[in-house]
Formats: sequence, C-alpha cells, structure tokens
Amino acid sequence: MNEIGLGHFLSVAAVLFTLGILGIFLNRKNVIIILMSIELILLAVNINLVSFSIYLNDIVGQVFALLVLTVAAAEAAIGLAVLVVFFRNRGTIAVEDINLMKG
Amino acid sequence: MSMPVLFFYLYAGAAIAAAVMVVFARNPVHSALFLILVFVNAAGMFVLMGAEFLAMILIVVYVGAVAVLFLFVIMMLDVDFSRLREGFLEYLPFGLLIGFIFLAELLLLAGGWVITPTVTKTITAPIPAGVSNTEALGLVLYTRYIHYFQISGMILLVAMIGAIVLTLRHKKSVKRQNIAEQNARTKEAAMAIRQVKPGQGLSDSDAAEWVR
Repeated sequence: MNEIGLGHFLSVAAVLFTLGILGIFLNRKNVIIILMSIELILLAVNINLVSFSIYLNDIVGQVFALLVLTVAAAEAAIGLAVLVVFFRNRGTIAVEDINLMKG
Repeated sequence: MSMPVLFFYLYAGAAIAAAVMVVFARNPVHSALFLILVFVNAAGMFVLMGAEFLAMILIVVYVGAVAVLFLFVIMMLDVDFSRLREGFLEYLPFGLLIGFIFLAELLLLAGGWVITPTVTKTITAPIPAGVSNTEALGLVLYTRYIHYFQISGMILLVAMIGAIVLTLRHKKSVKRQNIAEQNARTKEAAMAIRQVKPGQGLSDSDAAEWVR
C-alpha cells in the first residue's frame, strides 16, 4: 500500500463498479448475469472499504467489508433460490416475462 | 518498478479484463468462471494491501460458495441463453453512455477531493502494531462490533432457511414414512377380523372395507 497508493486501488474499484453497472444495462434480459454484476459492484465497494481501512490505519473498514461480504453471500443465495422457483413455475428466467404482478 | 507494484498491475489488469468478460461473455458458464477470476485477483489485491484475512474469506466465500452456486444454477436450469442475449447490441450504446458517465463522475470525484489531515486523529479503532491481520480483526469484531457480527449471523440464518423453504418441494409420487401417522394408528382402525364362510369368500361390501 505504501508504494502503490490509495488512488490506484480506488481507480480499480471505480472501474469494477462501472463494469457492474454496464453489465446490468447490457444483460437486462438475463437475471443470472445481473446477479453477477451486482456481485461485481459489491466487490468494488469492498475494495474501497479495505483500501481506505489500510490507508487510514483503521480496522473498522475491514469489519464493514466483512459484513458486506456476508450480505452479498446471503443475497446471492436468496436470489438464486428465487430464480430456481421462478423457473420451475414459469419455465423461463427472461426478465421481460417476469410480469405477473403488473396488474 | 518494485515487486508489489508489478503484482498490483498484474492483479488489477487481470481483474478488470475478467470483469469485462463477465459482462460480455456469450455463455453464462464462462461469465461465472470469469467471476471467479475477478474474485481471485481481488483477493490478490487484498493481500497486497495487507488485508490477508479478507483475502482468504473472499476466496472461501466467493470462489468456494457463491460462484459454485452460480455455476450450479446455470447448469441446472435448462434455459436458452441465446434468446436472453437478444438486444445486447441494441443496449450497448446506452449502456456504454451510462457506464462512461458513472466512471467520469467517480474519477472526477477522486480527482477533486483530498483527505483532511486531521482525519487520522479521529479514527475509531487503529490497527494495532505487532499482531496479524486476523487477530486485529478479531479484537474489534468480537468486542466493539459484536452486535453487527451477531446480526450478520442472523442474516445468514434467515437466508439459509429462506433458500431451503423456497426450493424444497414434496413430490406426491414419492412415498414417505409418516411416523406420527403410524404411531397414531389404533388397532381398531388398522385391522378387522372377518368370519369368512367356507366356499363363499368375502362379500363386496366387506371387501371394500377390507381394502380401505
């Protein structure tokens, strides 16, 4: 960290975050890729938290990164479970077919 | 260029390239595998920063659990993924525009912003010198942040129960043992004694009752 610098890590995190957003926009019909893009975004957030934690010499950032990791894992498990149930009921996972509640 | 800098550019370049492939890969299986590569490289960056525990947790949780879960679901669901890719090029300009705006905003923010020198005096829990990263994390996680830790445990429990309840299904065609029902059966309900006369057999009504 001393010789690499905070800005480098923040730049990588920013690029990963942007790629996650881009993934949501480009693959807006495929729920699985959208979930993966959300994982990318959360990873970018984690890189930010950890790099600031090291830069400021404050361990709390790593504690929060750990909590973000926990929530991300729970979110992936629930999201994929919902996806499996939806596929069983409707036979498709295309986002445009998920319109049962539009009234 | 010293060794850590070299490795930083290696990890950063590989992570970004793999993240591009997660978004642009045709096959979702490849996307999931590139996602694993992104996480491995991010773990490498964490090691470079000095957050070894989180690096190992990233490998264990993401590569070991989440990515495998993704692969499992992709392979289990019989989906025509080529149909889901329709309109990809149609969304590309708009997506690139949005992505460019986001990146420009983030970089502008990073460029025009400085850390106040006094912020180092107000940090909450300084990293103690002379202990490993895991120990330093444990020293605050189990004391000052015990409630957050327990809440995250509850979140995982709820997620686990939720996922099981959502995906569990009982097929009617599969015979299962119902122990409560077996124990609740009385002798009267379970069996009947019939006096069968020789050469006649049971009458139809008797037989119906018998079958029941």
